[in-house]
Amino acid sequence: MKNKKIKVEAINNNRRRFLKMSGIALAGSGVLLACSNDDDFTPVDPDPDPDPNTFDLGGGDLGVLNYAYALEQLEAEFYTRVVNGSYWNGAASEEKQILQDLYNHEVNHREFFKAALNANFDADLVLPESLEFNFESVDFSNRNSVLETAQLLEDTGVKAYNGAGKIIETAAYLVIAGKIVSVEARHAAAIRSIRGNDMGDFKLFAGDDAVDPNTGLDGAEDPSVIINAAGGFIVTPFTANQLP
Amino acid sequence: MNIIKFLDEFTSENLSNKGSSRRDALSTFSSLGKKAALAAVPFGMATVTNKAKATTMFQSTEAVGALQLALTLEYLEASFYLQALNSNVLDEDGTGKANAIYEQISLHESAHVTLLQDTLVSLGETPVDEPTFDFTAGGSFDPFNENGTGQATAYAQLLALAQAFEDTGVRAYKGQAGALMGNDALLTAALQIHSVEARHASEIRRLRGLQGWITGNERGAGMPADTQAVYNGEENIIQGGVDVTTLGSGSPFTVDSSTEAYDETLTGDEASTIAGLFIV
Repeated sequence: MKNKKIKVEAINNNRRRFLKMSGIALAGSGVLLACSNDDDFTPVDPDPDPDPNTFDLGGGDLGVLNYAYALEQLEAEFYTRVVNGSYWNGAASEEKQILQDLYNHEVNHREFFKAALNANFDADLVLPESLEFNFESVDFSNRNSVLETAQLLEDTGVKAYNGAGKIIETAAYLVIAGKIVSVEARHAAAIRSIRGNDMGDFKLFAGDDAVDPNTGLDGAEDPSVIINAAGGFIVTPFTANQLP
Repeated sequence: MNIIKFLDEFTSENLSNKGSSRRDALSTFSSLGKKAALAAVPFGMATVTNKAKATTMFQSTEAVGALQLALTLEYLEASFYLQALNSNVLDEDGTGKANAIYEQISLHESAHVTLLQDTLVSLGETPVDEPTFDFTAGGSFDPFNENGTGQATAYAQLLALAQAFEDTGVRAYKGQAGALMGNDALLTAALQIHSVEARHASEIRRLRGLQGWITGNERGAGMPADTQAVYNGEENIIQGGVDVTTLGSGSPFTVDSSTEAYDETLTGDEASTIAGLFIV
């Protein structure tokens, strides 16, 4: 149970789409690595008999809040490791401050969702805290590895919240999700800005790989796509059978 | 070049006087503020889920109003960036960086105008006409160096105005989200624009030497006092009825972190008032 991956459906297709969007190839993480060279699309049948013991995020507001809680746990854990890592410890002051801020914001978001869920739903419906994550693919002593992963996670967060908005049933939750997603987008742009300066690409903060240059629209993806794509980081199994 | 020094010399009289008439002119948007008020509803709202989705019938008017407001703000931004790129003021940074950033933002804002116009037409609505903009705000600014203020001062103003417009855009879209509930395509598109405005805001702020996020209600070094309306309310620490500074200890839960971690809404009225400063 402990190392079981989250349920994946048609992961090959989703993964290709995700990596295409992100522009960053993830390596070394379980689910993704398993098909890293597989360009032949082989559909994976949805699990016909979900494990009744596997936590399901639920549907509607509950499902979205649990989903957001999972993503914020992932981001918070990542930045916790960043600010305890050797790259951050010796980083230039600007980058150090930015990553410290991102740590602060993501931990705050995580605790907000925990509080919001527990205030509104029975405990057995709330995603467990302290999900287990696998960051073997990240070298926390390496600047590029940390910044690439930060960009990937922030861009993913933006797409996740943008795609989840339509599922939210209560206006108050929609507004709060909006308050958070714009901060995720500010994060994504800042990390991209640092990396863009390195590359001499001053447009990377809102690069064509993130924002469609024809429509001016950022990404938006359904939870199933995001969860499949982030699956390589997530060790604790859960399902999202009631979310699109 | 000292941005703070230049901007601190601005006078606010023209800005203040012009505000009221612009507010009247845009009063058709006044009802848009109602939905944003829902943001103050505390935890416990989960018990009335589905109500919002059951109200699709009367949302269309509000949705159209939200889109027209969005279009007005996008007209403003698109016009601003095009004029900025047509001036030589961005060369002031000497690296091409500012110009590249403005090019990318301009691309997006012009696309947003087209997208919103097309969307309104597809809904059977007539898009509002593009207003006539005055980015000097009646002579208070000279961002394109058309009136002899000098490149350095114009550049500082050009960046300050961009920050104000982008931070306003982020808050304004957020304030309209509730009006688009029930129409999944419209809501999603609005969210997809909203996060792009936030990317822009972050980069312009960084170009000005600030962090990409807003601390408290600080407009940031070098921003003219007239732009404070863009930042008022950002000091909020109550989210969903809970004081987020109390959710833990340490640096993530300071007042600064707790305000940075959440952007706040602007009502349609508030956004219209800010935009109105630059509408003739």
